[in-house]
Amino acid sequence: MSASHLLAKDFQAPGLGLFQWKPLFHIGPYAVAKPIVLVLLVMVIVVGFFWAAFARPKLVPRGVQNLGEVAYMFVRDEVGRPFLGKDTEKWMRLLVPLFFFVWVGNLMSVVPFAQFPVNSRIAFPAGLAVLIYLTFWVVGVKNQGFIGLLKSATMPPDLPKPLYLIVVPIEFVSTFLIRPFTHAVRLFANMFAGHILIALFATVAFHFLWDKVTPLGFPVGVLGVILTITMTAFELFIQAVQAYVFTLLAAFYISAGLYSDH
Amino acid sequence: MFLAEHAVGLLAAESKNPSPLLPDTAELVVGIFSFLVVLFVLGKILVPRIQVTLAERTNAIEGGIQRAEEAQAQAQQVLEQYRTQLAEARHEAARLREDAREQGAQIIAEMREQAQAEAERLIGHAHSQIDADRQAAFIRLRAEIGELAIELAGRIVGESLEDEARRRGTVDRFLDELDDRARAGT
Repeated sequence: MSASHLLAKDFQAPGLGLFQWKPLFHIGPYAVAKPIVLVLLVMVIVVGFFWAAFARPKLVPRGVQNLGEVAYMFVRDEVGRPFLGKDTEKWMRLLVPLFFFVWVGNLMSVVPFAQFPVNSRIAFPAGLAVLIYLTFWVVGVKNQGFIGLLKSATMPPDLPKPLYLIVVPIEFVSTFLIRPFTHAVRLFANMFAGHILIALFATVAFHFLWDKVTPLGFPVGVLGVILTITMTAFELFIQAVQAYVFTLLAAFYISAGLYSDH
Repeated sequence: MFLAEHAVGLLAAESKNPSPLLPDTAELVVGIFSFLVVLFVLGKILVPRIQVTLAERTNAIEGGIQRAEEAQAQAQQVLEQYRTQLAEARHEAARLREDAREQGAQIIAEMREQAQAEAERLIGHAHSQIDADRQAAFIRLRAEIGELAIELAGRIVGESLEDEARRRGTVDRFLDELDDRARAGT
């Protein structure tokens, strides 16, 4: 056996078990586990923060309102306006809750004792993606009619006629069938992978600096600590980016329903 | 980081893993519920409130800027007005000074002229007075000289001249001759 095998012979890498939680209690037939508690916490935090910020907004902002306005304007200028233009104000009522619900859910990954990204459970991103998909259908049919929506979504203008034979089925499948899945899975997979990475390095650090301290394993454990901290910082960035991308795509899908020239 | 979770044993055993891609029904329900709560509170209440506030702020700032611009324009206008008035006043003052100087010079010239005329008049008056005096003196003298000369001549000649008219004619003639002589002499 090589040195590396000796070193790691008792080490158990974390796996999918990271995402399976024993029920804390039951409500009727439903088991309530940690992710459900966390998503309710997310709800309370997001509502609480924005209530503190915007319940009685002042013309000259003070304290939390300043922070809330920065958050609001980020979503408005970076997510809303590029896609929704003059309709941005109206859709901010969906985009602001969406962005902060997703982002705070992701942030749970680095909150002590929570330490679990809510959106690494597919049910949460899937629920949001379905809501956005339904919104796309509703505004699409309302603004363009059923046929108009199908046409604008599947037939890009100014293509040579024969190409439509290929383009229309591809566009149809991608827009109407695959879109909600990619929308949900993109967020889910990023949070899932990020959580596994942090968990792996944290387990390495714990195993080699606490469980089985050996002269050979010690530097590996130190490396685990360093990488845990680095990956946590990196995850903070990814969490924000994924919340941004999720909301951006939502804005884009809604704009595809609203306007036919996309 | 995950020690707490491991220690408390909240994680389920790995053996009974369902696929992570299958959504859990309870989570789906609670997730959608939580989001709808957030959507309702933020979307229906809070976001509209901040939008109203932001719009009001924009109005207030734009209004403020507009008011400031108006005030500035007004100030500029008043300044222009003052400058124009000041320039006019300066111009007016210069004109008045010039007028005053001209008038002064004119007055001086007039006064000088008047004084000159007065002086000339006085001199002329004096001259004529002198002439008249001299004439008067001359006439009286002539008369007296005549009498004196006759009296003298009477005494010398010892005869009295009878004819008054003739006597006067002789004297006058004599005096005229004297005059002529004096005029020729000069």
